[in-house]
Amino acid sequence: MIGFAVSAAAPFFYRRFPGYFGWIAVSFPLFLFFSFTSFYPRIAAGEVLRETVFWVPSLGINLSFLLDGLSFTFALIITLIGAAVFLYAGTYMKHYGHASRFFVYIGLFMTSMLGLVLSDNIAAMFVFWELTGISSFLLIGFSHHKEQSRKSAMQALLVTGGGGLALLAGLILLYGISGTFEFSGLYPKRHLIVNSPLYPAATVLVMLGAFTKSAQFPFHFWLPNAMEAPTPVSAYLHSATMVKAGIYLLARMNHVLGGTALWQDTLLVVGAVTMVCSALLAFNQTDLKKLLAYSTLSVLGTLTMMIGIGSELAIKAFFIYLIAHSLYKGTLFLVAGTIDHAAGSRDTGVLGGLGRAMPFTMATAMLASFSMMGVIPLVGFIGKETLYASILEMEEWSRYLIAAAVIANGLLVMITLVAGIRPFFGSMRRLPSVPHEAPFAMLAGPACLAVLGLLAGLFPDFFMGAMLDWLASSVLADTLTFRIKLWHGFNEVLFLSFLTLLCGMLFYAARIKLLPCLHGRHITPVLKPSSWYDAALAGMLRVARWQTRILQNGSLRNYITVIVLTAVTLAVSVLAGSFSAFPEIPALDVTFYEVVIVSIILVSILVLITSSSRLKAVIALGVTGFSTGIIFILYSAPDLALTTFAIETLGVILFVLVLYRLPRFTSYSTTASRARDAAIACVFGIFMALMVLYTVSGELDSGLKRYFAGASLPEGKGRNIVNVILVDFRAIDTLGEITVLAVAAIGVFAMLKLTLKGGSR
Amino acid sequence: MYSIILATASRYLLLLLQMFSLFLLFRGHNEPGGGFVGGLVAAAAYALYFIANGIAEAEKLLQIDPFYLIAAGLLLAVSSTMPSLAAGMNVMTGIWFDTGTALFGKVGTPLLFDTGVYFLVLGVTLEIIFSLAEGDLQ
Repeated sequence: MIGFAVSAAAPFFYRRFPGYFGWIAVSFPLFLFFSFTSFYPRIAAGEVLRETVFWVPSLGINLSFLLDGLSFTFALIITLIGAAVFLYAGTYMKHYGHASRFFVYIGLFMTSMLGLVLSDNIAAMFVFWELTGISSFLLIGFSHHKEQSRKSAMQALLVTGGGGLALLAGLILLYGISGTFEFSGLYPKRHLIVNSPLYPAATVLVMLGAFTKSAQFPFHFWLPNAMEAPTPVSAYLHSATMVKAGIYLLARMNHVLGGTALWQDTLLVVGAVTMVCSALLAFNQTDLKKLLAYSTLSVLGTLTMMIGIGSELAIKAFFIYLIAHSLYKGTLFLVAGTIDHAAGSRDTGVLGGLGRAMPFTMATAMLASFSMMGVIPLVGFIGKETLYASILEMEEWSRYLIAAAVIANGLLVMITLVAGIRPFFGSMRRLPSVPHEAPFAMLAGPACLAVLGLLAGLFPDFFMGAMLDWLASSVLADTLTFRIKLWHGFNEVLFLSFLTLLCGMLFYAARIKLLPCLHGRHITPVLKPSSWYDAALAGMLRVARWQTRILQNGSLRNYITVIVLTAVTLAVSVLAGSFSAFPEIPALDVTFYEVVIVSIILVSILVLITSSSRLKAVIALGVTGFSTGIIFILYSAPDLALTTFAIETLGVILFVLVLYRLPRFTSYSTTASRARDAAIACVFGIFMALMVLYTVSGELDSGLKRYFAGASLPEGKGRNIVNVILVDFRAIDTLGEITVLAVAAIGVFAMLKLTLKGGSR
Repeated sequence: MYSIILATASRYLLLLLQMFSLFLLFRGHNEPGGGFVGGLVAAAAYALYFIANGIAEAEKLLQIDPFYLIAAGLLLAVSSTMPSLAAGMNVMTGIWFDTGTALFGKVGTPLLFDTGVYFLVLGVTLEIIFSLAEGDLQ
């Protein structure tokens, strides 16, 4: 909540202090970071903190928050990287228009991401999940004047949004099985869930949601395209946080859904395939950010795979790898942004020799690159070691997986060489702009992250050691102990690390040779999932157009015919069985003025349908309406009467206004169609009359009337029952209705203005 | 067609009708009335003024784009659901501050909600009328 308020306030601050905005903005995530770290002792002691704010308790949907090892780690990553990115963006975004808007979006994103990882309630988590998707859409499409970025934003939204729908279905199934919306309530019901016949469906749906969000194969294509976003966004959303939401969900659900062949094997296979494929796809990329994006994909695959392995060691490796990756990848993205900013290009073929001009950037990039390659004193090394160890520990598949992991990591080393190190060495080429060192604000963030990566590697015990056991136990059910160290001695694992580095060098050498051959060659479209996406999108549009032609053909008369006939048919088919006898018509004592009013209505209707002038018809319609209003008064429904009068008045005014723009009144309809319409109208009229008679004669007292009449004054504090129902008891319905009204007004506005423009041309 | 009688009368009628619409809004909780009818009556008042004086005058009188009225109404209605959340109750639970204010009758979040409805209905109606009327001028 506070987060949303703060992000809404961002533009005002920005306008006041444009120069120092980064420094002001950074205080927010930093504050959050430190307030989260203050929970460290309690988390490390294995405590689970919970906090609940009631939202819609009648449906079991509450804003309940849970802080355990898993969400704690994510919260720290989000706020820490957030701080670095905010500071960086304060300077970087100056060159974009609407930078204040940017901070609103990214603040919104950070808040929803925090909400996502802290939510204990599945429904609340889903809301935050979608919010991250929407803010990501806004951020990717930030340069909305470029077609490419609009397209990428749409693609990301559709892919993750589609996954979100699958996730929603999966979560609802889970709720159906377990009857609870809380994660903490799901944990004890694991057996019930796993043995349920709906389990496979729920699992697959949840996994679909997670895979699309975390860009797992075959949904990986949106992530590299999302690199259209400004660099701070790529650093924050598309490497460190949002794409990890899927991973988070998998880790969170591991308790509930895990342990079955379906869960473990699918994750294992999908993760491994993503890990290798995306690293391979990076082979012929030349754009700095795209290279990094493919490497992120590969790491995401690795993380998924480790949940799939699911052993204690693997979960531990998962956490170390997660932290390490967030630290170095955030840094590298920011560095890429700095290079782009300073040198005016992101093409690795052009960049070179920047080290002399930007020494501090280079140092930062080196640290992060070594961490990514898994060179010894850095945290990335520990991550890779633990990963290999956990794979070697497996019984089956170990050999294939280790080969896959070595190849993938070798390719990562290659990417690092190309993207993180190469630009700083070699000879300087001609660049679009003269490279210069970045300002301090753009250096501080990435440098801090890189140094943290080094420190965490040197003193793992201090940074993660004590916590890791509890982290792992928040994903696995039981507690465990395991010490992490930088140096394990000469063993198989270390050998693998060296092998990886060696592979990386070889790939790098091969890349230089092969790149010219690959240039200009296309992968067959069948193998590219992004072309499936295009085809699916085109197909959907075709179906939509076809459907619009059939159902929404623009003829008001057809709409009404369809609506009336459907209503009558449905109601009759349902009610035909329950009411067999013709209702008896209650004895009526008709008064004189009632007869008068009814005859007025009848006469005006006759005028209405026979009139040859529009104005006459409109007035006749108005008379009918007002007479109906009088009937409401007679039967003591003053609220309805008031509303009817007001609506009729405005209706006549609107009609008159519309009349101006209509063509001359001619009889469009043939006699046959008129007869048909008359028949439909008669059927509807008879139907309504019968309905009323049934309602009056039958015993349909549902107790609602008595309840509202009784509760209106004591609970709603009002004597006007209709109004109390509208604004209090059924306020959510009213809210929905007025929202529809607002949308309709926008629609009318758009329609009128657009046709006007079209007409004037 | 410009009628000086109607134009003059509409000025006073506008004020009267607006007061009446507010009256309807505030009494709505106990007597017939409410935000919806109130909004419609207020819109009718402007519609009368527009018929008498023309669209340009009516827009000048209103001063703001009806879209802002729509947005403000929706925002008001939504935000009226929040105080109960802050007070630790379910969303949309009505909170009453004082159940005997002289002018407004009863003050509470439902009244705020109703006011939101009032503005939204006013805004929607005026938006449609103005869009249609502007088209006629061109």
